[in-house]
Amino acid sequence: MSEQFVFGGDRFPGVLDALKTRGYQVIGPTVRDGAIVYAELGSASDLPIGWTDEQDGGKYRLLKRADKAFFGYVVGPHSWKKYLHPPIVRLWTASRDAKGFQIEEEKPAHRKMAFVGVRACELHAIAIQDKVFLGGHVVDSQYQARRDGNFVLAINCGQAGNTCFCASMKAGPKATSGFDLALTEILEGGEHYFVAEIGTPLGGEILRAIDSKTAAAIEVEKAASIHANTAKQMGRTLDTTGIKELLYANYEHPRWNEVAGLCLTCGNCTMVCPTCFCTTVEDTTDLTGDHAERWRKWDSCFTSDFSYIHGGSVRATAKSRYRQWMTHKLATWIDQFGSSGCVGCGRCITWCPVAIDITEEVRAIRQSSASNDGGESGGKERHDSNS
Amino acid sequence: MAPLSEHPPMATAAKEPMLPAPFRIEKVGQETVDTFTVDLVPVGDNGGFSFLPGQFNMIYVFGVGEVPISISSDPENTQRFQHTTRVVGAVTRGMGHLKKGDTLGIRGPFGTHWPVEQAEGRDVVVVTGGIGLAPLRPALYYLMGHREKFHRIVLLYGARTPEDILFRRELERWRSKFDVDIQVTVDRGTLGWRGNVGVVTTMIGRAPFDPANTVALACGPEVMMRFALMEFQRRGVPSERIYLSMERNMKCAIGFCGHCQYGPTFICKDGPVFRFDRIESIFNKAEI
Amino acid sequence: MIQTLEGIVSEHPFFKGLDARYIQLIAGCAKNVRFREGEIVFREGDAADQFFFIREGLVAVELMVPHRGFTTLQTVGEGDALGWSWLIPPYQWRFGARTLQPTRALVFDGKCLRRKCEDDHDLGYEILKRFLHVVTERLESTRLQLLDLYGAPV
Repeated sequence: MSEQFVFGGDRFPGVLDALKTRGYQVIGPTVRDGAIVYAELGSASDLPIGWTDEQDGGKYRLLKRADKAFFGYVVGPHSWKKYLHPPIVRLWTASRDAKGFQIEEEKPAHRKMAFVGVRACELHAIAIQDKVFLGGHVVDSQYQARRDGNFVLAINCGQAGNTCFCASMKAGPKATSGFDLALTEILEGGEHYFVAEIGTPLGGEILRAIDSKTAAAIEVEKAASIHANTAKQMGRTLDTTGIKELLYANYEHPRWNEVAGLCLTCGNCTMVCPTCFCTTVEDTTDLTGDHAERWRKWDSCFTSDFSYIHGGSVRATAKSRYRQWMTHKLATWIDQFGSSGCVGCGRCITWCPVAIDITEEVRAIRQSSASNDGGESGGKERHDSNS
Repeated sequence: MAPLSEHPPMATAAKEPMLPAPFRIEKVGQETVDTFTVDLVPVGDNGGFSFLPGQFNMIYVFGVGEVPISISSDPENTQRFQHTTRVVGAVTRGMGHLKKGDTLGIRGPFGTHWPVEQAEGRDVVVVTGGIGLAPLRPALYYLMGHREKFHRIVLLYGARTPEDILFRRELERWRSKFDVDIQVTVDRGTLGWRGNVGVVTTMIGRAPFDPANTVALACGPEVMMRFALMEFQRRGVPSERIYLSMERNMKCAIGFCGHCQYGPTFICKDGPVFRFDRIESIFNKAEI
Repeated sequence: MIQTLEGIVSEHPFFKGLDARYIQLIAGCAKNVRFREGEIVFREGDAADQFFFIREGLVAVELMVPHRGFTTLQTVGEGDALGWSWLIPPYQWRFGARTLQPTRALVFDGKCLRRKCEDDHDLGYEILKRFLHVVTERLESTRLQLLDLYGAPV
């Protein structure tokens, strides 16, 4: 393990200042509308200091903590894809002319961004989207422009959420790569400090801008025990053993019909999921018909016309759409991009209005998989608490 | 004749694949009541356009929208190419109203191609129905243009009615000029039709080809392809030598929007032409 | 080389697996026949006492539709069987058949074969099995035609 550093909680605002003076747009968690969301931070006092979140299937609320932790919560409805893969982007504008039409490409105009408070699951999610948008034959220039010069300040979770299962997905809770700087917040016996791990020279430079010193062994140990405890607190688990083969073998499992009976196809899961990347392309024109624009917008495989071709949708039923989402996330993603699409952040469980739990769905299918000559569909398990 | 290039240049504006490049309509020809063909030529000197048989373009009608349509012309012609389409929505309707001299935006070519070069030395059986003949036409041009490289060539083509038969003159010309077996059938005969009546899949059973040394290419409605596959399998053609062209909703055509996913594949880049054994496990599943 | 009827029958895929004595029996009910282009093979409503195996050519299965004329529903060609009404009472053709090209076929005396099937149910079973296959294939094909797969999208 590389050398670790420590600095007092009162120095934290200095980190944000150092980023601002270097021209970064500083984005991090803040309380808004009863949730902890990501937004541009004016200063460290915009952080959800002393707040925590309580989450469960279809449930999210904020509660006050007994302490003044800066990062005493897990993840909210936003993910960093809001900034790297924005919901609405104009790709180009065009005008008619004598020879046909002229197109003007829209280059993303933005300041380089510093993400503050990125969790391990989110680091993995960003890496997964890096693979999707930057790792293939064609590179998504919109994503690349926003990802270039991106500063990542990671936070190691001090507690796990009730819907979290990053440990199962090997995506946390400790940040291991993909950051410039990773911090563990420690509040103990009246003290408030951060143990810092440097990920890149740029991270080191930011750390040097505030008054930090080498962490003592006991401080490093304290941070390590927090990581270990968090890993043990996971609210959910998902057995990923042979999951690709499991889902490929169970396209006709009766469980899909059951979950379809609940699923509203509202698409919340796809909106909050940090790796979901589907978009649609919208061509518009003004009233004169002489000026046109092309926009790219977030889309969801849950919409009824997502799979529309001549006269009908291939995935007309809710069952087929839920199956598509879950099978893509946990199975076909592996064949497409070499890793799971799920990082175990739990958002889809928390923000599903009918509390569908992806870990339960996997459990139910595994229990009576077609490849096991399974019998019962496990419907009774539907609302049992997580095991 | 020159062999097909492996990596044909893209017609689109050099770096950004979401930007259509303008092409001028040289001709709009009505094929049948609801199907037409547009001929496109490069605007200015943007170098021409080359593609492999089976590939498609995203066609942009200014201010209306964009649709994926297979290229339906001879791949040896890099100065002029064609798209044959039915009117099925706003964009194709918009296309149908355009005239010679108008401009269309083109992104492409995209996708995998018919394995014409791998079929050399073998019998080639092409089974298609309806508008499915259009994406196969470039492959047929290649087969005719390099006739000596293949053994028997069989084309089985099903249309709705005799009035819906596409490229009739071309089929006649190929029949008379080349050593090929072209059989056309219709689902519904009309007065005066003295040819086959019945679904095209029924012709596979007695078509003259050697299953042990055949490459089969199929394109058409999925149901038609399903039954065609059964007939091919009944005759003993292995799945690794049957190729299908699949279709799904498409928005970006470059593997980012997620719409064209078919199981683990993206039809825009892993298809539209698939070797059947690679999709066999999901092909017969509903709503995939 | 002139092939005997027995030879033709025994080679025909339809009769594959049939006992040799049945082949002989069936061949005994068979004759070669030729039609010119445009010739009527059988008429709708007539007694159905024959069936055919097309060896070469094209035959239209048709129906007389008022105001539309003789409408071809399906065509059968080389290797296809034609006619099953001889198997089922009232032994009457429901459709007509007319050649679209010069056609050579094997024609079987259905009445004679029917009697033989009644006498020997094993033979009857073998014949019915095979004709059932013909009927299911036609039904499958008809269903696909009904689907109007190339029709305008809904």
